[in-house]
Amino acid sequence: MTVTLGPTPTAGAAVPLATDPSTPAGRRRTRPRPGLLVAGAYLVLLVVAAVLPALLAPGDPLAADPRATLAAPDPAHWFGTDQLGRDVWTRVVHGAGHSLTIGLAATGIAVTGGVLLGLLAGLAHRFADETLSRSFDALSAFPLLLLALLFITVTGPGTASLLVAIGIATLPHHARVVRGQTLLVRRAGYVEQAVSFGLSRPRLVWRHVLPNVLGPVPVLAVIGLGEAVLAAAGLSFLGLGPQPPSPEWGAMLSEGRNYLQVAWWMTVLPGAAVTATVVALTVVGRHWQARFDGRRP
Amino acid sequence: MGPLLAVEDLHVTFDTPSGPVAAVRGIDLTVGVGECVAIVGESGSGKSVTARALVGLAGVDARVRAGRLDLAGRDVRAYRPRDWRRVRGRLAGLVVQDALVSLDPLRTVGAEIGEVLAAHDIVGRRERAGRVTHLLDQVHVPEPARRARQYPHQLSGGLRQRALIASAIAGEPVLLVADEPTTALDVTVQAQVLRLLAERRAAGVGLLLISHDLAVVAQVADRVLVMRDGRIVEEGPTGRLLQAPQHPYTRQLLAAVPSASSRGRRLSEPARVRDGCAVPALARTPLPARPAVRPDDTVLDAVGLTRRYGPHTVVRDVSFSVARGETLGLVGESGSGKSTVARLVAGLLAADAGTVTFESTRWSGVPERARRPLRRRLQLISQDPLGSFDPRYTVGRLVAENLDPGPDRTERVVALLRRVGLGPDLLDRHPRSLSGGQRQRVAIARAVAPRPSLIICDEPVSALDVRVQAQVLDLLADLRAADGTALLFISHDLGVVHHLADRVLVLHDGAVVEQGPVGDVFSYPRHDHTRSLLDALPTLVTAG
Amino acid sequence: MSLLRAVARRVAAGLVVLWAAATAAYLALLAAPGNTVDSIVGDGADTPQIRAQIVTEWGLDRPPVVQYLDYLWRLAGGDLGRSYLLQRPVAEVIGEQLAPTATLAVAAAGLGVLLAVVVAVGTTGRRRRWPRRVSSAAELLLVSTPPFLIGIVLLSVLSFRYGLFPVAGDQGPAALVLPTLTLALPIAGLLAQVLRDGLDRALDEPFVLTARARGVRERAVLLRHALRHALLPTVTLAGWLFGVLLGGAVVVEQVFGRPGLGQVTLSAVTSKDMPVVLAVVTLSAAVYVLVNTAADLTCLLVDPRLRRS
Repeated sequence: MTVTLGPTPTAGAAVPLATDPSTPAGRRRTRPRPGLLVAGAYLVLLVVAAVLPALLAPGDPLAADPRATLAAPDPAHWFGTDQLGRDVWTRVVHGAGHSLTIGLAATGIAVTGGVLLGLLAGLAHRFADETLSRSFDALSAFPLLLLALLFITVTGPGTASLLVAIGIATLPHHARVVRGQTLLVRRAGYVEQAVSFGLSRPRLVWRHVLPNVLGPVPVLAVIGLGEAVLAAAGLSFLGLGPQPPSPEWGAMLSEGRNYLQVAWWMTVLPGAAVTATVVALTVVGRHWQARFDGRRP
Repeated sequence: MGPLLAVEDLHVTFDTPSGPVAAVRGIDLTVGVGECVAIVGESGSGKSVTARALVGLAGVDARVRAGRLDLAGRDVRAYRPRDWRRVRGRLAGLVVQDALVSLDPLRTVGAEIGEVLAAHDIVGRRERAGRVTHLLDQVHVPEPARRARQYPHQLSGGLRQRALIASAIAGEPVLLVADEPTTALDVTVQAQVLRLLAERRAAGVGLLLISHDLAVVAQVADRVLVMRDGRIVEEGPTGRLLQAPQHPYTRQLLAAVPSASSRGRRLSEPARVRDGCAVPALARTPLPARPAVRPDDTVLDAVGLTRRYGPHTVVRDVSFSVARGETLGLVGESGSGKSTVARLVAGLLAADAGTVTFESTRWSGVPERARRPLRRRLQLISQDPLGSFDPRYTVGRLVAENLDPGPDRTERVVALLRRVGLGPDLLDRHPRSLSGGQRQRVAIARAVAPRPSLIICDEPVSALDVRVQAQVLDLLADLRAADGTALLFISHDLGVVHHLADRVLVLHDGAVVEQGPVGDVFSYPRHDHTRSLLDALPTLVTAG
Repeated sequence: MSLLRAVARRVAAGLVVLWAAATAAYLALLAAPGNTVDSIVGDGADTPQIRAQIVTEWGLDRPPVVQYLDYLWRLAGGDLGRSYLLQRPVAEVIGEQLAPTATLAVAAAGLGVLLAVVVAVGTTGRRRRWPRRVSSAAELLLVSTPPFLIGIVLLSVLSFRYGLFPVAGDQGPAALVLPTLTLALPIAGLLAQVLRDGLDRALDEPFVLTARARGVRERAVLLRHALRHALLPTVTLAGWLFGVLLGGAVVVEQVFGRPGLGQVTLSAVTSKDMPVVLAVVTLSAAVYVLVNTAADLTCLLVDPRLRRS
């Protein structure tokens, strides 16, 4: 099986990271884009919600109000209330922390592992590279969701196993991109040229290879984060993530589903939060990536 | 009968996010039956845009305006896309550079040529294959029936270019627009393609040839138009234009072409003379005097170098030496193994057999650690300077990397930039924002920084326009004279080597077929291959 | 001959990946905390007889290497083991639920690819700015929305509100419409992005200029030249597509209450029925490898440049 370095699909990776020399960067002048601003503003809001939720929603996400169950959105409850009378807005805001933590931790595992293994494969000699690359292939032969399910069957449901499962499932993608990038940089003219400056191999790797390989990693991570948030929502919707009453978005969706006919806001609004997060991450990630690609010769 | 192509006051403007950009600003042009007209210009002169505009393919963002635009007697100014389709391929054919990317790599050559026949309903479906074979035969492709079933990547560069020409003439157009049809081809192949184009002209086709290379144009064109910044600066019959150029720009272009006759003189005007004020280019400024070459003092010695890739031997038994301060030219066509030799000598690639000795030290077959102390005495300049720069580095950092650290490093970098004719204002710029010539100067500054005894120059000027090439060659000559640096100068261009080198090595299929002093080898070639290279070389017959 | 060698190389690589995937699944079983027998029993009845049966079947009383080789041998022979929770062979459990999931997956894949091609071809090129922006935005939205949310919204609007389609079950083609749409929309969104990107790149290539210079119609340029080039990177996504379909089926079957492999998997996960989960995972890896190898071979057929040694 050939390793395709191109668009291994994630929500936002429609544009491959490998630079295409046929599109000169100078032709694409970047203009201020309203979409980017909105996405950025949303992400700032999201971080505030995750770090200081009380700033946006002072209430208690678990406080039930039996007098106001399944209330439609109104000025008192922007997003309405659920079957126990809990304020959906408060729960969505407080859920941001849960969802973002899971996403960040899973992406952290995937990126760290992916970078280390990818670098190892890219810098290693043929045999080690072949072994590692085939392992990435084998690992990515399992569909993300099924790999996560297998992992959860072994470890039991819960936040920890959820994030580790997503991390491991998305790791091979990162590892492959980093490996490809490493090979590209290793063969680049400037690395060869640097040999003629009398640089030792460790210094060569440290000064020229590593920075150029790791440069695009943050971009990869941002786009990967969107994917992780999406996957986490899916798994906790299936009841395999944080358990109720925890205000995690996927779990809220799962709960709200039973009241779909009478209280659409219980499902649609937390769902919109997930979608908006992934869209915002993708928009910012792609923009960053385009700038990055333009920067490279 | 009037001209095939009559253009008056043609303007092409592109809409860009930062406002309209005029690429062609009012040019006049005619091409008659059986006539070959050439447009010569450097990159950015608007010559390719002109070619595309004439077949209605200037692009979506382009606005084309003309006082007159007649193709085969028809006014095409108000043509809509549908009308243009009937013109293209049928009235006017287009041949562009590099058929590897200009023929669809997923389709057979025959399918590509047949597409013209189908688009214009020229012959019925059944006869198409026969016609394709006939067309390939017409452009002298051997075994046309078999070649028609092959894919572009299976054909050599010359055959591909011929197939492309076959597809352009399939609709029997009266006008053929050829945009750099021989660029990137080896000289021998280039000569064949030019002969082929001349044949079409003899058959009555009008030919509009676009090229950056005056020598190429001189072979076939009846008239030459010199284009610069979207305008025609001079035009006239080929002989007159080359012998007695009127415009200073044309003179600069002609003077910049390196050849046997340019040996020992500058190709470009000294930097202090502004464009077009005077004509010092023809004043034959001599190159500065160099320290004498000491043939007994060898800098580099290569013996029996051989390198294999799988079953292919790309370099076989190559031996040569470079004396201190000497410039050794290494010429050969693409695939002759020139660049592999460069990498073997530079110690970037291990040889399968043979040894390299550099500065009396064993250079090949030793661990990199053993080479490291002497690394900076041997530097490299490549064809693609941008690729040889770490993309994160500024100009200052790039040059500084090759200098020993010290408190005055910045001053030393500035001094080096001055030496190569660049100002200190470039220190913090990224090479991406520089022009091709400036980039190559930065690469040269970096290479001379540690005062090497040998610089390997691998096609250092082949990606540059002729005037920029002239400046860079002059710069190399200046530095060589000042520092007494030996150069191993690799090029496909015999003119460049003849201009600069003391001795020359001719490489063919990985082996040295001939070597000796430049004058001897190029005047009295002994080997057939050298002879065919020289025969194919288009030469400029200029005044003096 | 180079073609034959290229095919052989890809098939061999596929087999290696398959072996590695089976091993990975086996390692997951061993890595489970606690006794392996406990892991295999899961939430099922735990009697000494069953435990003895497991030990015999999995060869747990033999050396680990023999266990492992025996496991591979059984797998190679098509023996997926036995679910002690359901007291049935796993192959049987999976076999009878395969049809509805396969129907759903094939329908969704077909619809998704069709939508993607139509949208991408319709919005490529630089002339049409607005349709392109709208479809880009829609694609981004579809790709970023959890599939189950799409399903839930479709369900609540089209089934609950207007009663156009059945709410649950798999009776008749009408019940297939919403699940197919739910599964197909995100796929279409992503494929359309990749495809249009490929088309845009292809249209910038010099051979397109030459084709236009021959007087070829724009539609022919698009379909005959550019689309082939754009489809190549899309074909390599076939393996991924399969993964999404299978993963999506788990969710969609849950939302629409459809029987199928997804439901089997999910209930196996919640009841810790390890043999079933292992079998589903290994099987999906096998199909993934198969699909991917087929995709590679397709590329090999379409792109003659890959046939070079």
